Amino acid sequence: MQDKRVVMVAVGGQGNVLSARLLGEACMLMGIPAIVSEVHGMAQRGGIVETSINIGDINSPIVSNNEADVLVAFEPLEGLRALNKCNKDTIAVVNTRPLPPFTVAVGQGVYPPVEKSLELMKAKLKRVVAFDGMELAEKANNPLALNMVMLGAFIGLNEIPISLEVMKKVVSERTKKQFLDSNLLALELGYQAIKG
Amino acid sequence: MHPLLTNEPGKKMFLMGNEAIARGALEAGVSFATCYPGTPSSEIPEQFFNISREISDFYFEYSTNEKVALEVAAGAAQCGIRCMVTMKHVGLNVAADPLMTLAYTGVVGGMVIVNADDPFMFSSQNEQDNRYYARLSSLPMLEPSTVAEAKEVTKAAYDLSEELKLPVILRTTTRLNHTRAAVELGTLPQRKTLGSFQKNPFNLVTVPAVSRKLHKDLLEKYQRAQEKAEQWPFNECAGNGKIGLISFGVCATYVKDAIKDLGIADQVKLLKLGFTWPLPKNLITNFLKSVEKVLVVEELEPVLETDIKAIAQDAGLTITIKGKGVGGFSRLYEYDPGLVRKAIAEFVGVPNKAPAPLDLSDVPPLPGRPPNLCAGCPHRATYYEVKEVFGSDSVFPTDIGCYTLGLLPPISMADFLICMGSSVSSGAGFSRCQPKKVVSFIGDSTFYHAGITGLIDAVHNNHNFTLVILDNGTTAMTGHQPHPGVNPEALQINRTRVVLEDVVRGCGVKDIHIIDPYKVKKSIETLKKAYEYAGISVVIAQQLCPLFARATKQLKRSRPFMINHEKCKNHRLCLNKLACPAMYLEGERVQIDKNLCIGCAVCAQICPENAIVPLKE
Repeated sequence: MQDKRVVMVAVGGQGNVLSARLLGEACMLMGIPAIVSEVHGMAQRGGIVETSINIGDINSPIVSNNEADVLVAFEPLEGLRALNKCNKDTIAVVNTRPLPPFTVAVGQGVYPPVEKSLELMKAKLKRVVAFDGMELAEKANNPLALNMVMLGAFIGLNEIPISLEVMKKVVSERTKKQFLDSNLLALELGYQAIKG
Repeated sequence: MHPLLTNEPGKKMFLMGNEAIARGALEAGVSFATCYPGTPSSEIPEQFFNISREISDFYFEYSTNEKVALEVAAGAAQCGIRCMVTMKHVGLNVAADPLMTLAYTGVVGGMVIVNADDPFMFSSQNEQDNRYYARLSSLPMLEPSTVAEAKEVTKAAYDLSEELKLPVILRTTTRLNHTRAAVELGTLPQRKTLGSFQKNPFNLVTVPAVSRKLHKDLLEKYQRAQEKAEQWPFNECAGNGKIGLISFGVCATYVKDAIKDLGIADQVKLLKLGFTWPLPKNLITNFLKSVEKVLVVEELEPVLETDIKAIAQDAGLTITIKGKGVGGFSRLYEYDPGLVRKAIAEFVGVPNKAPAPLDLSDVPPLPGRPPNLCAGCPHRATYYEVKEVFGSDSVFPTDIGCYTLGLLPPISMADFLICMGSSVSSGAGFSRCQPKKVVSFIGDSTFYHAGITGLIDAVHNNHNFTLVILDNGTTAMTGHQPHPGVNPEALQINRTRVVLEDVVRGCGVKDIHIIDPYKVKKSIETLKKAYEYAGISVVIAQQLCPLFARATKQLKRSRPFMINHEKCKNHRLCLNKLACPAMYLEGERVQIDKNLCIGCAVCAQICPENAIVPLKE
């Protein structure tokens, strides 16, 4: 397979570290080399959480600016902010449900309209798939399963040779039993959002 | 069973760098570990903490600070026990005193000190390069480059430590600590938990006459370490080209990718060092002799570059040796694959293959998303109450923890911060040398770590300021680790609580107040007394960190609040003075997100219209 550099951006609490880790586990299961890197620190307190997943014959744990092959944005503003990670050949999956930062509430900035953000992304990238991932998570009866929706969507892109079945197997083994049904459903719904 | 206790040699696990280090220690038979938590090292002791709760032949402690952690482990190592001490880079400053002389006495049981540097300061107050500590102490330093290597190097470090009878420093950078990759498990040996101590005062009690001999011994050990460095299996040399590249740690992975991406494998030769102090001088000399010029790829200080130039000088070599200044190589921040590729392309003289950046000129300015105190964080309430009494013009020395976020508006109550404990002692200086009131803020864990000595100093020297101890019952910033003042029952740990108020009283403080920051009016009344007091006044603001309380099932379920818009006159004191992240604007009206609100009721107490009320279920 071709090497893939994947960047996932989210807001603290959206669970992107878990998605990235599960993706790495799925790669390991299939014998595909993968390195996952996380930016932690103060993220738990509502900041931005960025993970990178380098898949294939890559030694570096991180992705430099302009070098992401795939961008998975859990939040539209963060997708727009992460355009510096992208180039004209980047494919992006974007959850369209906004999560305005606190700075907007206190008047220190304006939240860009989601349509406008998507328009900008579409004009610059090779392909942008945007959908309301939160709606799908809610449909799966678990608003916290947005990370599973986005993971399913990424698998649906077919950019790496990991099937939905393998991903489901890893999710079944690695996530809490009490959320398993909703996690698997969310994964499936995210996958279908891409496959249609 | 804890996953790191999996005893299936050959099995692959997807581990974080910090988990790999912990597993390496377990595979080396380590049975004793100490630490003070600090990003990016904290997940190593987290594994040990959980493991020590499951098995009886592993001792682990969260020590009061890094100096204590190293000294506790030093005692264990003298008894022949294999031990690990972990800390972040600035933690080694705190532990530098024992480190420098422990190098003289040496160890019996293997000791590995994990030192986690933080280039770019993802979660630190500076980006000092702790490779200098190896040079300062003459102790061996090892630097793994990948997650899988981190486990193997940790394991090998114990044999090295016992052979040299020296502590070994394992240096990581944030990027390695927080990267995950596949790791193949090895075997878990029996752990030895009980050793014996052979009295040997003329080698272990460092009075001048003894130390004069020990320093000489250390230099002999250092010589042997250098021989070890030459044969170290984690040094790698690859390629036959005439352009030399020297690197180590995570940067070596960027170099490998650059060689591949630029297609220059036949033009370059790479030396990846695993043993980075003392340097393998012969290996490096032979490498230098085999190439025509050399680029040293290292983050932070040009330490290796300078040393390699010195080695070349010793060998009478005049080839070009470059590092800082090539491409974008500077002494600042973290490097990345693109930066390293650009510099190598420039040095080798080939075009850089990088995708063109997108034109982002039409992207509007984006609102920031800085980290924020959580919804219902008691620190926010304390800050509000202190500001009501002391105004915003007082001087506010602050300290290291979540509450450092009090820096941000609208709280804006952080004026000076340099290191753990500095709020207390610097408050003394501020109060002597300018006329305004001084209120220092320190967290509970930080107070135990480094605030006590400053407080004793303040009492003894008759300083005049107020110290607010933000006591949220845990070490919140780094992930809710226990500290000496935690409630052991809530955590189900068999430890003795050192009561904060008793410590403060024991330091000689006469004016002590305890407030519950969730009770706004009462807290303000109490703070007024501290304001009036001439001398050292300590206010302990006691309220559990809500995240910790939830995780340990101590959170009292309260109904979230809502805004009654019939009463609300849009003063927005709630938003403008508290800025709790549960609040947001919908059009021109303030709303409360019921999923984020924890029902602390602080905003309800400051609303002049009493318009913030519990949500009806």
